[in-house]
Amino acid sequence: MNRITTKLEEGKKLLSIYFTAGYPALNDTVKIIQDIEKNGVDMIEIGLPFSDPLADGPTIQESSTAALKNGMTTEILFKQLKDIRKSVSIPLIIMGYFNPMLQYGVEAFCKKCQEIGIDGLILPDLPLDVYQDEYEAIFKKYGLINVFLITPQTSNTRIRQIDDASNGFIYMVSSASVTGSKSGFGQEQESYFERIAAMNLKNPQIVGFGIKDEETFQQATKTAKGAIIGSAFIKYLTANGTDKIAEFTKLIR
Amino acid sequence: MNYNADEKGYYGEFGGAFIPEMLYPNVEELRENYLKLMYEDSFQKEFNQLLKDYVGRPSPLYFAKRLSEKHGCKIYLKREDLNHTGAHKINNTIGQILMAQKLGKTRIIAETGAGQHGVATATVCALMGMECIVYMGEIDIARQAPNVARMKMLGAEVRPAKSGSRTLKDATNEAIRDWINNPVDTHYIIGSAIGPHPYPDMVTRFQSVISEEIKWQLKEHEGRENPDYVVACIGGGSNAAGTYHHFLHEPEVGIIAVEAAGKGVNSGESAATSALGKVGIIHGCKTMLMQTTDGQITEPYSISAGLDYPGVGPMHSHLYKSGRAEFYSATDDEAMAAGLELSQLEGIIPAIETGHAFAIFEHKKFKKDDVVVISLSGRGDKDLNTYIDYFKLA
Ligand SMILES: Cc1ncc(COP(=O)(O)O)c(C=O)c1O
Repeated sequence: MNRITTKLEEGKKLLSIYFTAGYPALNDTVKIIQDIEKNGVDMIEIGLPFSDPLADGPTIQESSTAALKNGMTTEILFKQLKDIRKSVSIPLIIMGYFNPMLQYGVEAFCKKCQEIGIDGLILPDLPLDVYQDEYEAIFKKYGLINVFLITPQTSNTRIRQIDDASNGFIYMVSSASVTGSKSGFGQEQESYFERIAAMNLKNPQIVGFGIKDEETFQQATKTAKGAIIGSAFIKYLTANGTDKIAEFTKLIR
Repeated sequence: MNYNADEKGYYGEFGGAFIPEMLYPNVEELRENYLKLMYEDSFQKEFNQLLKDYVGRPSPLYFAKRLSEKHGCKIYLKREDLNHTGAHKINNTIGQILMAQKLGKTRIIAETGAGQHGVATATVCALMGMECIVYMGEIDIARQAPNVARMKMLGAEVRPAKSGSRTLKDATNEAIRDWINNPVDTHYIIGSAIGPHPYPDMVTRFQSVISEEIKWQLKEHEGRENPDYVVACIGGGSNAAGTYHHFLHEPEVGIIAVEAAGKGVNSGESAATSALGKVGIIHGCKTMLMQTTDGQITEPYSISAGLDYPGVGPMHSHLYKSGRAEFYSATDDEAMAAGLELSQLEGIIPAIETGHAFAIFEHKKFKKDDVVVISLSGRGDKDLNTYIDYFKLA
């Protein structure tokens, strides 16, 4: 069974961390993944950097630019991850934009993911209809779970469609924003979280965008199955380097 | 073959809407409504009235006698430079501001390269009393200072894009991020025939007034509606789309596109997308774009801010791939020389973007009887500083 599926069946709230591969240094990827797992995190999103990350705020943009400057490429990321399953057992997801995958070749990319032991993909700019018409069969052939996003603006009808098309979890974007831009959750988020919870979707939801500390993690996971931290973790790496990941995760739970 | 967008916004294999879910409601609202709204009688009436009384349409189709003698064919200039605000861009912004009003939007955002689209957007926002925010790359803010001042005078806020190459591509990224952050009250007026469906089709329809007028104007001049060639420069491709539209399915009309070669197609400093690009995804559509083998979008270069873009609209990718259009590219030097020539033979100082279209004569020889219509997409006032530096005019 896919590691994401197994993980989602555990009876606890999940903490997931996003980081940009190749940042702060090109060869930090494996060490960061190992340290994140060691500190009790449940799942990791490995960011494949892109030159024009439309859905990201300044923090992830800057880390992506730096990673590309450091020389990160799709090929290098796959090389770095070649033996990752010898040391890491939590679910690993690659998160990136569609163009680099398209240039690598969608099938070749998926095949490589399976060989490495990647469990899923998050591709914000690969829309639902294109995925279903052209790529779903390939993703499934290589055992990959594709994760779709919903936002406070997504209509209930569309949420149902996305729920039907999903086979792992739904990435619930906390507010109408790019990554890293909101400070704290208010009334608006709470009623959105409750509205989604009341829909009784078949896929669990994991909240992302704007999770940065214990408080926001608690708020998000009151109804949702888990939460993803991205920008806050990258800011932490920028300030503290890669040696103090344990202290970061202690700030969350 | 069909050269227009199909229902899902595809031109052959190009187009579509590759957008993050955050943009889906906005783009979907537009997609569902744009055709219905823009062909309502009241919309058409208001649009045409504004084009006539405010923009000053129809723009003349002018027979350029001296330029024709020089290049040995019959050259007509479609004078978009005489439009209010000095370029074709306003045809689109008038259409989109009306669309925004119909959709109940109160806040307008736009990206701009040369500043022509930014000025055209700031202008219609002033006209309609709407809030206006224009994203512009830091580099372009420096090289198009007069247009920055114009936008400010018109009441718009100009926000610098500081990431990447700090030009048009990055301004577009910032505008898209703004739209993600403000999904309810904001309409994004894209300035070229690019972006997710329905933008390329919508922008083309608003700009198609250019070729609609060429048809009857040429009939008056030459007794026939169809020229032998239509020529336009291509940044994202909106003036070209408008100039070609009514001729795309007239096989006797040759379609010619001129891209910016910068310092030379193979110099590493170029924006000649058809020569250097590969199929990929940029700003929400599948099209030809300049990128690394790894799929990272390359930073383009052109002396003209309006052509300094690493992609072309999906319609143009299809025209290129299908062979319907001939594609050429002109270097900075060729475009500047062509601009000087037009100034001194016809008394018209073109925008540097437009100068690229006039550099076609460096690349293609026409026959004596050929009727060639060139899109004179904009005037050169905004580029005076660049002209002064380049030709040492001061
Ligand atoms: C005068 C003029 N011509 C052409 C262009 C290129 O844009 P497009 O290819 O959309 O016509 C611009 C863009 O700023 C412009 O200002």
